[in-house]
Amino acid sequence: MAEVTYSWPENHKARLIGKRISRLDGMEKSTGTAKYTYDINLPKQLIVRALGCPHAHCRVISVDASAAERVAGVVLVHMIKAPGPGDDPVEIRADGTLLVAVAAETEAAAAEGVSKLKVKYELLESFVDDHDLQAAEAKKRTKKAGGGIELDEALGEPGDDDDEEEWEEQKVQELFAQSKYVVEGNYGIDTITHCCLEPHGSTLHWEGDRLKVNLSTQNVSRTDDGYADALKISADEVDVHCEYIGGGFGSKFKPDYWGITAAEIAKKTGRPIKFLLTRDQELKIGGNRPSGFIDVKLGADENGVVQVWDSHHWGTSGFNGSTVSVGNFPYVFRPKNWRRRATGIITDNEPSVAWRAPNHPQACAITQTAYDDLAAKMQADSLDIFLRNLENIDSPEKSLVYAEQLRIAADLIDWRKHWHLHGKGNRRGSVVEGLGIGIHKWGGTANSSNCLLKIHPDGGVESYCGTQDLGTGTRTICAMVLAETLGLPIDAVKVNIGSSTYPFSGASGGSTTVGAVSESHRRAAQEVLAQIFDLVAGKLEVPADKLEASNGSISVVGYSDKSMSWKQACSLIGIQPLEVTSIYKRGDDSPLSSSNVAGCQMARVAVDTDTGVVKIIKMVAVQDMGLVMNRKTAESQIYGALIMSIAAALFEQRINDPKTGAFINSELDNYRLPRLGDTGELVVHFHEPESERARGVIGLGEPPAISGGAAIANAVCNATGVRVPTLPLTPKRVLDALRTAKG
Amino acid sequence: MSQQSSQGVSRRGFLKGSGAAVAASTVVSSTEAEAAAPGLQVVSGETSITMKVNGKSMTAKVEPRTTLLDVLRYQFDLTGAKPVSLDGSSGASTVLVGGKAVMASTTLALAVARKEVTTCESLGGDVVPAAFVEHDAQQCGFCTPGFVVAVRAFLNRHPDATEEQIRAGLNGNICRCGTYANILQAVISLVKGN
Repeated sequence: MAEVTYSWPENHKARLIGKRISRLDGMEKSTGTAKYTYDINLPKQLIVRALGCPHAHCRVISVDASAAERVAGVVLVHMIKAPGPGDDPVEIRADGTLLVAVAAETEAAAAEGVSKLKVKYELLESFVDDHDLQAAEAKKRTKKAGGGIELDEALGEPGDDDDEEEWEEQKVQELFAQSKYVVEGNYGIDTITHCCLEPHGSTLHWEGDRLKVNLSTQNVSRTDDGYADALKISADEVDVHCEYIGGGFGSKFKPDYWGITAAEIAKKTGRPIKFLLTRDQELKIGGNRPSGFIDVKLGADENGVVQVWDSHHWGTSGFNGSTVSVGNFPYVFRPKNWRRRATGIITDNEPSVAWRAPNHPQACAITQTAYDDLAAKMQADSLDIFLRNLENIDSPEKSLVYAEQLRIAADLIDWRKHWHLHGKGNRRGSVVEGLGIGIHKWGGTANSSNCLLKIHPDGGVESYCGTQDLGTGTRTICAMVLAETLGLPIDAVKVNIGSSTYPFSGASGGSTTVGAVSESHRRAAQEVLAQIFDLVAGKLEVPADKLEASNGSISVVGYSDKSMSWKQACSLIGIQPLEVTSIYKRGDDSPLSSSNVAGCQMARVAVDTDTGVVKIIKMVAVQDMGLVMNRKTAESQIYGALIMSIAAALFEQRINDPKTGAFINSELDNYRLPRLGDTGELVVHFHEPESERARGVIGLGEPPAISGGAAIANAVCNATGVRVPTLPLTPKRVLDALRTAKG
Repeated sequence: MSQQSSQGVSRRGFLKGSGAAVAASTVVSSTEAEAAAPGLQVVSGETSITMKVNGKSMTAKVEPRTTLLDVLRYQFDLTGAKPVSLDGSSGASTVLVGGKAVMASTTLALAVARKEVTTCESLGGDVVPAAFVEHDAQQCGFCTPGFVVAVRAFLNRHPDATEEQIRAGLNGNICRCGTYANILQAVISLVKGN
């Protein structure tokens, strides 16, 4: 067999790739027959509910479980993070931390059991204020979180006798003195939660010493080791399954401590366990994204090109006390001179975890707002200022791509027609309108992925891969790639994913999955096809490199009469199925996938200056992604990302009570998320010149979820002429900013 | 909620009652009870009720505090309706009772005794799920069954809805993945196409 050269079919030859293909499991999801972890009911299962700590910072002194144990239907009370009799008190640092689990015959009995637990707490002083840096410093709740400085080489080097920091300070001040325009501002974005609609959790049971877990996870292939470590068994004794997952967004990579608790209770009771967090617990401990607040000073030349950036930002990631990573400040833009510093604030909250495009949305929202304020100060067009500053960005090779994308987006939102200087638009009653921009970047390298492909002598095709479909359409992409390669209809291939017993495939995080499965499935299918071509070539007495697979048959290129049906071709395999396992390792150089995308978003908003309510009129997203695999699901990813951006820009925020530290809006009636009527008109444009297509597959999940917040914040500023500094831009914050500006 | 309050039954009242003990007594006027003796009646402990679910008569054992959602999910293994927010603010547990959309998570099972319940699982042949698939109005899919039922109920009332009416009329359901743009397209295709 000749060595296989991996490649994608040319655009005009592709039947499935790049087309609009409906997701294969759409009907199951739409009619409620898709079984999620929460939906799997095992015979004799017990339901577990847990008591979440009602205090942000306390010691748990003792637990009296006797009344809970007497509740009809309660089978077991199990300590999670609470002392047993005679044990030392346990310190708790976050509202919602799970203390005691109750296993019962029904949800209602488990909930009643939890309500009967009597816990003695010793309250400790809590601290939750992440906005006020001085207050945190006074309480010794801060930690250095990195920083650095880079100055243009033309400024020279400090002399041997100079104090380096003093020299740098002097140079920075000189740069500001030379600047035609100086902008000073403060900006911020609150903590939000992942708020997965299917809460974190599992339905699991033991089969002898073997743990079988249905887990709501983004990491099917690699959570077994987390169970094994905690339960002192080996990873080969754990099977993890997840056919469907009800949202993850970066928060579902591990078994989590409540997952280990479920396995322990299953062992103790000898019964299957279903343990998923309540809504309140999902918001409190299921995952959150760090906040970020910033003091910025920037200096620009007469053209509005930023020459010096100086910033200090802070925020909280919970009790481990970090903030948004300092490496991306200012975001995408990179002036020749910059100094930046970050401080983490230790608050009594659950530590944050990865959130769709970790660090990027916050960095974008609190730095590209300063660039827009430069445009406001100059009384210039924001689009011109963004375009001019493309001469100084962190990936200079992308500046033409950004320029082109900004031009496309401007056309789609009709920028020239609707643009007015900040605060200078027409007013209709109390309503003013405005435009704003954000730009973003992402890597999106394909993750490692292996695929076992089996071709049966009767022509049946089945694949096995330990990946997962978060709703991005992974399952459908697997089938598309196999069917495209083998020249078969999409329903002729049986795709199996969602089990740790299948060949390894990497976790779905960082926009790595479509690239991963495209790599593994294309490779396996091309290798299988090469073997089948050899068999057919022998039979038809033609060279194998003259064969092609299409329309369910293998034929000689240019001679349609010399062909064999797929079924006939497979009968040549012999009596055993033909099996190939492809292996793709992340980072391997490949013609099938690559990384690094740009992207821009624009927003047009209306602000009611009497009520402070912001409405989205229109948003435009322009996005490159290399080779588009499934046009339909790719478009959905971007629509969804725009709506998530609207959520964080206008609606959602974690609110802690400043006195008690309690997370007070942990139910969906007051943890506000946008509804269908809140989204305005959304326009998605794929930026895909042939040069992009030729790059192969690049992940798409994160990038469009980044710059919408900055675009909306800038549009509100353009509408009102007033900067509302902190996202979400709630009506109160808008009104406060308007009042402050009036004086 | 209007369903329950019209019968003088609130979930809050049941929960308060059930807080003391499983067999707590609560004043209830279930349809079955009304059929036998009009007026209020005390129901306590576990009782059997029947309801017509997706056209089939089904029997469930319920306590006064048992929700319709728990009956559907645990006794009938109909898990399309989802437990997302027990206060009903997500709409994920939307089902039809007597043709009206209700949240199964805030509807007590006793309040639907002898009534007709329609869940997402019975809509396989309906145009709504097909439109959801065509317009990719789903990502993770956890909110989708509730949305599908809500759309069905909305279209029953507004078969010729305008886009403005659709934007105003489907705000009882939350989707975290952000499929609203696709759902809007799906519903527009149904008012135009059918």
